Amino acid sequence: MHLQLQYFLLLAAALFCIGIYGLITSRNAVRVLMSIELMLNAVNINLIAFSNYLDPQEIKGQVFAVFVLTVAAAEAAVGLAIVLSIYRNRETVDMEQFNLLKW
Amino acid sequence: MNLAEGVQIVSFGLLAVMMLGAALGVVLLANIVYSAFLLGGVFISIAGLYLLLNADFVATAQVLIYVGAVNILILFAIMLVNKREDFKPLRNRWIRQGSTALVCAGLFTLLSTMVLVSPWSLAPGGITGQNTVVVLGLHFFSDFLLPFELASVLLLMAMVGAIILARREFIPEEVLPDLNQPTSLTLQERPRELLTVGSGGKGDTTTQPIDTNA
Repeated sequence: MHLQLQYFLLLAAALFCIGIYGLITSRNAVRVLMSIELMLNAVNINLIAFSNYLDPQEIKGQVFAVFVLTVAAAEAAVGLAIVLSIYRNRETVDMEQFNLLKW
Repeated sequence: MNLAEGVQIVSFGLLAVMMLGAALGVVLLANIVYSAFLLGGVFISIAGLYLLLNADFVATAQVLIYVGAVNILILFAIMLVNKREDFKPLRNRWIRQGSTALVCAGLFTLLSTMVLVSPWSLAPGGITGQNTVVVLGLHFFSDFLLPFELASVLLLMAMVGAIILARREFIPEEVLPDLNQPTSLTLQERPRELLTVGSGGKGDTTTQPIDTNA
């Protein structure tokens, strides 16, 4: 009984679904950013699992995972700056109050 | 099953349970500070999974970047928006949550059947035991050179954008047109005492309106 590729893929799928659930249902804007981080990490698990099981010679999946890591760091910085700016304007972090673009 | 595989299976199970439990805590707990600390737990468990997948450099980078930078940044954001507010209860909120849970469960079912049914063409041989740092460096400086340089430009743009977005908004009419002062090379932003009073313009205009300690 080895560690199979399927275990890691199932784990990443579960983490991605938890992230989507948190992204849609949470009302605090910071928690929405945390859910996005969860989804990015699920994608990273997929990439590294594929690079270990399907391409162990030249590990290009790990290269892509490092790029995803970089973009996630930039996204977290800009996203939290946007949350701070919105909080200064609207005095709340409730996602239901951010309805300026609602038709 | 020899000893090494048993250890791998057991540590995979422990890491998976830790990761899923902490992720559910991130999403479901009411206090957001607990969520932020559990998010650090999720990141550390994922770093352990990377070690099980022979990705030592990415595991180190995961701990450094996610636990050390992103999680701390989220904690600072929680401190900066620290207002304990009770959200207004919405009508029919359970319909939204229930339908979202249904869609997520359906997506998980779809993904898991796809994972279990499709035949993966696994690489023969298995692990070669090479140094992943050397292989990653070769990739970064040969065939992934352009994305590598673009990533640095992206990080610079994100840094400048975050500073511009998060600074306090500047009120132009509060500026004294004093030309005798030497122009300083700081970003002009709203003075701090005006922020606490409000935008009533009650600040003392004889003081220097440029907040230099930013």
